[in-house]
Amino acid sequence: MKAIPAKRSGVWHQVVSRPRGALALAILGFLYFCALFAPFLAPYGPGDQDLRRTYHPPTSLTWTRRGLAVRLYENADPSQALYRPIPGRTAVIRWLPIGHPYRLFGLFPCRRHLFGVEPPQKVYLLGSDSIGRDVFSRLLYGAQVSLSIGLIGISISLGVGLVAGGLAGYFGGWFDSVVMRTTELLMAIPGLYLLLALRGAFASQFGSGEVYLLIVIILSFLGWSGAARVVRGLALSLRAQTFVDAAIVTGLSPWRILWRHLLPNLASYLLIAAALSIPGYILGEAALSFLGIGIQEPSASWGLMLAQAQEMKVFMCNFWWLLTPGAAVFVTVAAFNLLGDTLRDVIDPHFRTGDR
Amino acid sequence: MVLFVLRRLLFLIPLLLGVTLLVFFLMSLTPGNFLTPIKAQRDISPEFLAALEKSFGLDRPWYTRYLLWLRNVLHGDFGYSWTYKVAVVDLLWQRVPATLLLNLTSFAFAWAVAIPLGVLAAVHRNSWWDRLTTLFAYASLSIPEFFLALLAVYFAARTGWFPLGGLMSIEHEFFSPIGKILDIAHHLVLPTLVLGLGGVATLMRILRANFLDVIRAEYVTAARAKGLPEHVVIWRHVFRNAVNPLLSTLGYVVAGLLSGSLLVENVMSYPGLGQLIYSAFIRQDQFVVLASVVLSCILLVLGNLFSDILLAWIDPRVRLPAR
Repeated sequence: MKAIPAKRSGVWHQVVSRPRGALALAILGFLYFCALFAPFLAPYGPGDQDLRRTYHPPTSLTWTRRGLAVRLYENADPSQALYRPIPGRTAVIRWLPIGHPYRLFGLFPCRRHLFGVEPPQKVYLLGSDSIGRDVFSRLLYGAQVSLSIGLIGISISLGVGLVAGGLAGYFGGWFDSVVMRTTELLMAIPGLYLLLALRGAFASQFGSGEVYLLIVIILSFLGWSGAARVVRGLALSLRAQTFVDAAIVTGLSPWRILWRHLLPNLASYLLIAAALSIPGYILGEAALSFLGIGIQEPSASWGLMLAQAQEMKVFMCNFWWLLTPGAAVFVTVAAFNLLGDTLRDVIDPHFRTGDR
Repeated sequence: MVLFVLRRLLFLIPLLLGVTLLVFFLMSLTPGNFLTPIKAQRDISPEFLAALEKSFGLDRPWYTRYLLWLRNVLHGDFGYSWTYKVAVVDLLWQRVPATLLLNLTSFAFAWAVAIPLGVLAAVHRNSWWDRLTTLFAYASLSIPEFFLALLAVYFAARTGWFPLGGLMSIEHEFFSPIGKILDIAHHLVLPTLVLGLGGVATLMRILRANFLDVIRAEYVTAARAKGLPEHVVIWRHVFRNAVNPLLSTLGYVVAGLLSGSLLVENVMSYPGLGQLIYSAFIRQDQFVVLASVVLSCILLVLGNLFSDILLAWIDPRVRLPAR
C-alpha cells in the first residue's frame, strides 16, 4: 500500500491538464450550472400543463426581422398528435421576460426567466409530454435531483463507511467482526430487492421532498458496505506501519490518530471512490423513479420522465424527444466515470486503466 | 478443498437467516398486505376475511409469522402466492427457464464479443482500434440499462424487425419445431444484446488491462527470445494468464441470474423471474418475494464458490484456504 498524500492543488492541476479530465470537468461544470440555475433557465415550471398541446414536437427556431423567433404549430390531427408548422407565422423570443415566480437557489424570490414567448404561445425546445409539459424545463429541474443525489448519497455512505471501516480496522476485535458480518449481509442481498423492500417498508404517502431524502438514505444504506470494507483493509495495513506506532507512543488518543494520521492517507482513495460511485447513485435514483417508486409526479426526475416514454404511442408516433432524459443520464454518468478514471490515473498510477 | 466448500456452505445458513429476517421485517413494516385488495370488496364477509387472515397467520406479530414461515420452509413448503393462486415453488419453476435462457445467451454474447475485442485492443495498443473500443466501453458502461432497453423497444417499434417483447409469438403453438426455436431466438435477440452489452464492456476492460500487465512479464520476453511465433506467444502464454481473473467474474454472473435482468425484463416485457419478483414486491406477495430472495442468495454463494473452485482448478498457484 502506497500512501500518497493528496496535494489538492497538484491533483487539480494534473486533472485539468489531461484532456479527458478537462473534458469531464467541463461537462460536469456545465451540468451543475444548469441544475443550479434551473428555474431561471427553464421557461416554464416543472408542472405547468397545457392539455391543448400534448406531445408537441420541438419548435424550430428561425430568424425574422424582429430577431430570433419560434415557428407556430397547428394541431393537424389531435388523435395522432400530429402538428404542422403554420407557414409564415412565428412568435418572437423575448429575453428575460417575467414569468412564474420562483426562488433562485431556494432563497431569492425572482420572476425573470432567461427566455420565453408571449404567453398564449409556447416555446418547446425539446417538445412536450403527454400532458403538455415542457420537456426542456423538466429536464433542467430533473437535473437538480440527479446531480445532487449523487453528491449527498456519496457523502453519507463514505462518511458511514469511513467511520465503521476505520474503527473496525483500527480496533479490530468484536466490533470488527460485527461490522464485517453486517457488510457481508448487505452485499449478499441483491441490491434491487433490498431497494424495493426498503422502499416498500416506508409508506408511499410522502411528499416529494421526503421521498427524495428517503431515496438518498436508502441508496447510501446500500452503498456504505463497499466503502467500509476497503477502508478497513487500508486501515489495517496502515495500522501496521511505524508512524502509527510512533503516534501511539507519543500518547495520542485513538480518535486523534484516526483523524490526523489515518484519514489523510485515505483521502486519495476516498476521492477516487467518490467519483466512481456517484454514477451508482444517479442510476439508482433513475431506476427507482423509472419503476415508479422513486420521485413522484408532478416533480421532475430523469427516471420518471423516461417512465412516461414507455407508452406504445411514443414508440409508434416517433416522439423521440421524450427519450432525451436518457441521454442526459448517459452524459452525466459518462462524465463522472471519466473524471473518476482520470483521478485514479493521477493519484494512483499503479492502477492505470486508460492511456498507458 | 472439501473443508473450504463445506465452510462456504455453512456460511449460507446464517446468511439466509439474516437476509430473510431482514426482508420479512421490512415487508411487515409496509402498510397493508396481500389481502388488502380483497378487503375493499364488499361481497366478502368479515368472517371469511378473518379466517383467511388466520390461515395465513396475519393476525399474529411478524416474528411469530417469521418462525412459522421458517418451519414451513424447513418442511419444503415455500407457501402460496395469493396473486397467482399457485404454490410459490411452481410459480418460480415456470419462470426460471425463460430467465435462465436469457442470461445464458447474454453471457455467451458478452464473452464471445469481449474476448476478441479485448485481445485486439491490447495487442494493438493505442491504435485507432484501441481508442474506438475504449470509447465503446465507456459508452456502454455509462448508459443506464433500462434506457438501453427502452431504446431497443423503440428501435423494434420503428423498424418492425424485431418483436416488441414477450418470449414467443401468439401463434407459437402452430409452428414447426424449427420454427418454434427460431421464434424464441427472434424474441431473444434484443434482450440479449441489451443485457450483454454491459458485460462486454466490463470484460473487455478487465481483459485489456490484464493483457497489458502480463505482456510485460519476463516469461513473455523469454518466450519471444527463444523464437516462438507471435501468435503462440499471445495465445499460449499471454492469453491464458490474462484470462484468469475474468473467471472470478463468473460467480457474479451466476449470482446476477435473478436480479440482474429485473429492469430489462420489465421494460421489454420478457416473462422471466425479474418481472415476477417486481410485481410480487408491488403487490406485497410476501411468500414469492421471500422465496426468490432465498433462491438468489443461494445462487450468489454457489456462484462465488463455483468461480473460486474454477480458479483453483485452472491456476495451480491459487490455493483455497482450508480454514
